[in-house]
Parts: sequence; C-alpha cells; structure tokens
Amino acid sequence: MSDLSLARAALDVSPPSGLGAQVEAMPLRGMVTIRGDLGDAGFAAALQAATGCAVPEVRGSTVSGDTRVLWMSADEVMIFCAWDAAPGVVATFMEKAGDAHVLALDVSDARAVFRVSGEKAWRVLAKGAPVDLERMEPGEVRRTRIATVAAGIVRTDGDAFEIFCFRSFSTYLWNWLCVGAGAESLSDL
Amino acid sequence: MLLIQCPVCGVEAEETEFAPGGEAHILRPEPGCSDAEWSAYLFERKNPRAVHYERWRHAFGCGKWFHMARHTHTLEIFGVYAADAPEPPQEIRDRIAERTAP
Repeated sequence: MSDLSLARAALDVSPPSGLGAQVEAMPLRGMVTIRGDLGDAGFAAALQAATGCAVPEVRGSTVSGDTRVLWMSADEVMIFCAWDAAPGVVATFMEKAGDAHVLALDVSDARAVFRVSGEKAWRVLAKGAPVDLERMEPGEVRRTRIATVAAGIVRTDGDAFEIFCFRSFSTYLWNWLCVGAGAESLSDL
Repeated sequence: MLLIQCPVCGVEAEETEFAPGGEAHILRPEPGCSDAEWSAYLFERKNPRAVHYERWRHAFGCGKWFHMARHTHTLEIFGVYAADAPEPPQEIRDRIAERTAP
C-alpha cells in the first residue's frame, strides 16, 4: 500500500503573515473510513480493538492518544490516526469484525486537513459554513459545506477547529481560509 | 431560505446544505402495467400550491435521504420523517390539518 501512496501532505504551505487567526495545513495523517452497524456490539468491540476508542455519539467523536474516531453518518465513522498506523487499524478491525457486514478502508490519501485556531477561529469558518460554530461543543463533528465545497469540521478543543476536505479541494480551501483569517476580514466593526 | 432539520443526524441547517429529491411516495407500478401507467410513474409529478410531500437528502452533511412535508406557497415545513416511511406519519398529518384549517 505504502509504495502506491502519494506519501505527502496535500499541501506544503505556510500561511501569509498578519492573520487574525492561526491557519495551518496539517501534515500527513492516517485516515480510515469504516461502514457498518454502529449499534452492533461486535462493531464496537472491533473498533475498540483497532483504535482504543468507543463508538462516538451522533455527531460526536472519541479520542484515545493520537487517534480520534469521528461520527460521519448513521452507518459510517472516520478514524484519524498516525500516518503509518492506518494499515494496521484496517487489518485489526477487519480481523476482529469477522463475518460481520462491515467495510474498512485506508483513505489517508483522499483528504487534506487544516487547523484554524485562536479566539476568532470560529468567525473565520462562520463566513462560509451554515453552522452555529460558536455553540459547537469540543469534540463535536459537523459535516457541512465551507464556501462551495463539502468539508467536515471538528472542534478539537476550546478555540481550535480541524477542517477536512477532499484533497482536490485543498488549494481552494487553503486560499479561502487564508483570506477569511486575514486581520482585515476579522476586524471588529 | 428554508431551515431544515435532518431526522438522521439532528442538524438544523439552511437549505444549501440539502439537496431536493422531488415528489415523495411515488409507487412503482406492478409488472405488466399499461404504457400509460408506466409513463405516469416516470414523468407525471404533482406541482401543487399547497402541502407537498417531498424527498430531500442531507447532501453536504450525513448524506442520508429523508422525507419532508412542506407547503409550497408559505414554505412552512410541517415536519421531517424517515426515508423508508411508506406514507406520512399521523403526527405530521395532524399538524398539517391543524395549521391549514381555515
């Protein structure tokens, strides 16, 4: 798998200076998408074995070390983990799941991750996402659109959001975030 | 602008996060039906200035289909319900009757 992998982050960029919120393009991250019956005890056991995390609540996420399991849909979760851990997560999950009707796939190359942090971080995203970001709980996951592209937002802690989108949108979303985070864009009227 | 609540993930968001899927509760005719019945199934849709039962999808969110009862003139949404419901639940019919009573 790794020899086929692009094995580089979607974007190797630094933000422009003078921003009102911190914007970062995150380095390579392991991502695994799993579909199955989230309410099934066997599913929960396999997920626990593969990630150390419990099945998240609706629109929630669970964390264990540097692994995070995100609720994506009624029958889908996404796992964020270390880049080189993803194949192992897939193998462990599929082994523990046995004959259950599930699917786990290493999709580490499919998406890009950004991080927006700072006191005004939510105001950057609020310019383009139809979400009440200020009221988002830490750990909450929200799949939505940002500007014109589909994206997921997770509030990792108080003032920090991680945004993930398809890799093909990464340049667009990066430029959009840098404009939105500009000091002028965030000045108080 | 509609504010729609997805019954699957519980999110309330504006309509740009959703995709409309047209009229709901259209039954596929049995094999051996007439050409007229098949044509009606494929092409004939209601276009009322009244309560309309529709299919919607939370396209930018959890990706799931669901049903919605909406008034096409006032844009009032009477409720959302599961995608596999063969007909609108009684609770939503009651609300419609109450809200549209003369």
